[in-house]
Amino acid sequence: MSDNGGRYEDDEMMTIAAARALRDRRVCFVGIGMPSTAANLARLVHAPDLVLVYESGTIGARPTYLPLSIGDEVLAVTAQSVVSVPEIFNYWLQPGRIDIGFLSAAQLDRWGNINTTFIGDDYSRPTVRLPGAGGAPEIAASCKEVIVIVRHTPKIFVNKLDFVTSLGHGAGAGDRARLGLTGRGPTVVITDLGILEPDADTHELTLTSLHPGVTLAQVEDATGWPLSAIPQPAVTPPPTDHELTGLRRLEATRTPS
Amino acid sequence: MAQILSLREAIAELVHDGDSVSMEGFTHLIPFAAGHEVIRQGRRHLELIRMTPDVIYDRLIGMGCADKLVFSWGGNPGVGSLYRFRDAVEHAWPVPLELEEHSHAGMANRYVAGASGLPFAVLRGYVGTDLAMHTPSIAPITCPFTGETLTAVPALRPQVTIIHAQRADPEGNVQLWGITGVQKEAVLAAERCLVTVEEIVPELEPVPGSVIIPAWVVTAVAVAPGGSHPSYAQGYSTRDNHAYREWASISKDRQTFLAWMQANVLDASTPAPAS
Repeated sequence: MSDNGGRYEDDEMMTIAAARALRDRRVCFVGIGMPSTAANLARLVHAPDLVLVYESGTIGARPTYLPLSIGDEVLAVTAQSVVSVPEIFNYWLQPGRIDIGFLSAAQLDRWGNINTTFIGDDYSRPTVRLPGAGGAPEIAASCKEVIVIVRHTPKIFVNKLDFVTSLGHGAGAGDRARLGLTGRGPTVVITDLGILEPDADTHELTLTSLHPGVTLAQVEDATGWPLSAIPQPAVTPPPTDHELTGLRRLEATRTPS
Repeated sequence: MAQILSLREAIAELVHDGDSVSMEGFTHLIPFAAGHEVIRQGRRHLELIRMTPDVIYDRLIGMGCADKLVFSWGGNPGVGSLYRFRDAVEHAWPVPLELEEHSHAGMANRYVAGASGLPFAVLRGYVGTDLAMHTPSIAPITCPFTGETLTAVPALRPQVTIIHAQRADPEGNVQLWGITGVQKEAVLAAERCLVTVEEIVPELEPVPGSVIIPAWVVTAVAVAPGGSHPSYAQGYSTRDNHAYREWASISKDRQTFLAWMQANVLDASTPAPAS
C-alpha cells in the first residue's frame, strides 16, 4: 500500500526507490530501461534540475516522454547540447565530471561487479550471448559513484560472475584504488526486494533496507551467496501517491507498441 | 568531388566480398537501405564494424554476409536480444561469427585514431574487466610523462564506411544533424566511403549543430529517401519503435526470419537510380 492506501507493483517500488537516490542538480549518466525511467521519475517528482546525460551524446536532455532507446529524437531536441560519441566518452565521462552512473546487470556479485557479456562457461560458445559492454565499463570506472538497479533473483545475484564486464569493488575494499580508479564504484544497489550498500570496511554488498512486506529470508533465498545484512534493516518508505502517480504518468508516455 | 551514384551502383562499386565495412549511426541515421542492398547483392565474408550492431547487422549476420564482427554493444535498444547475432555466436548459424569485442569508449577512440592517422588511441578504459582476456586489441601502455598505466587500442581503418545523412548538395558535400554519433570519425578513418542521403538539395542551408563532411573526403553519395528506416533522420522521419519491437518476434525463429527477409529485402526493389 502506498502512503494513501494505493496498491503498487514490486517493480514500481524499485523504480521509485532508485529515483529517490537521485538528488537534484546532480549530473547523471543514464542507461536505457529501468535507469532511464527512474532518472526521469526523479526529474518529475523531486529533482527538476537533475542533469541527464545519455551516451548518444545528449547532455542535459529533458525528455517529455520515455524514450525507447538512448538515441530517440526527444533526447536530441530537448538536450542542452548534443555532442559526438567520442566527445561524450572522452571529454565528459573519462575525466570524472559525471556524478552518478546508473547501471543494470544480467549478473551481479557480492562486490557489485557486473556481467552483461555472456552466460555460460566458454566465451567462444556461450549458453546465452548478452549484448556486451556498451558504455558500462567506463561508466562504472569514471563516474563519482554508481547506482545499480536490478531485479533480485538467484540467476542475477550470483556467487561468481561468468564474466566481469564492469568493475564494482573488485574482490573487496582497496581494489579500486589499487587499479587507479578515482570513482567510488557502486554506492547502492536497488532491487525489487530491498536496498543493498557496500559495507564500509569490506565493501561487500550488505542489505540495509527491506521494501514493505519483504522478509529477510525472502531476500536471502533470492541471493546466490550468504547475504550479509545490517542488524536492523530499515523498511523502505512505501511509494507516496505523488511518486506512484508520477511513475504511472511517465510509463503511459512510452511509445505505444 | 564525390560521385553521385544509385544505391545499387554504389554498393556494387564500393563493397566487395571480404571487405571490412563500417556502417555507423548511433540509433539515429542508421544506413538500413544500404545494408539491405549489401544483402541483396549477396556479399560474403565481410568484417562488420559497428559500435552498436542493431537490427541492420542482425539482418546482415542472419543472411550469412559476415565472418567477423567488431563491436561494443549488440542488442535491440530498449527491446532486448538480437536473435540472429545470438544464433550466430551461440550456434554458428548460418555461419560462425568471430567476435572482436570492445567497450563504447574503446570503439569511439579506435575511430578517432583511424581518423587522425594514428596507429592507436589511449584511454582510461577496461580496467579490472575480463574484456582484455578475450580481445587481443586491448593492451596496457605506460605514459612516457607520468609513468601511469593506461589502455591502448588500435586504430580502426575500415575499407568502407557507410553512413546515412539528411542531405547533400550536387557536389557531394554532406550535411547531418541531431545525434551525429561517430559518423564523421568513421568516414575519415575509412579508405572509401558511401553516404546515403534523404535528398540532394541545390545548397546546404545552415542548421544549428550540423556536421558538414566535405565532398573531397566522400567517395560516393546515393539518394535513399527513408533510407534509415526503422531508425530515423531528424527533420525527415521519426524512429519506428514499433518496427524495433516487432523485430524481436520476426528474428527469434530462423524460418520466420528468412521468410521476412525474402519478402521485405530480397524481393523488394532497389530504390530508383539518382536522377
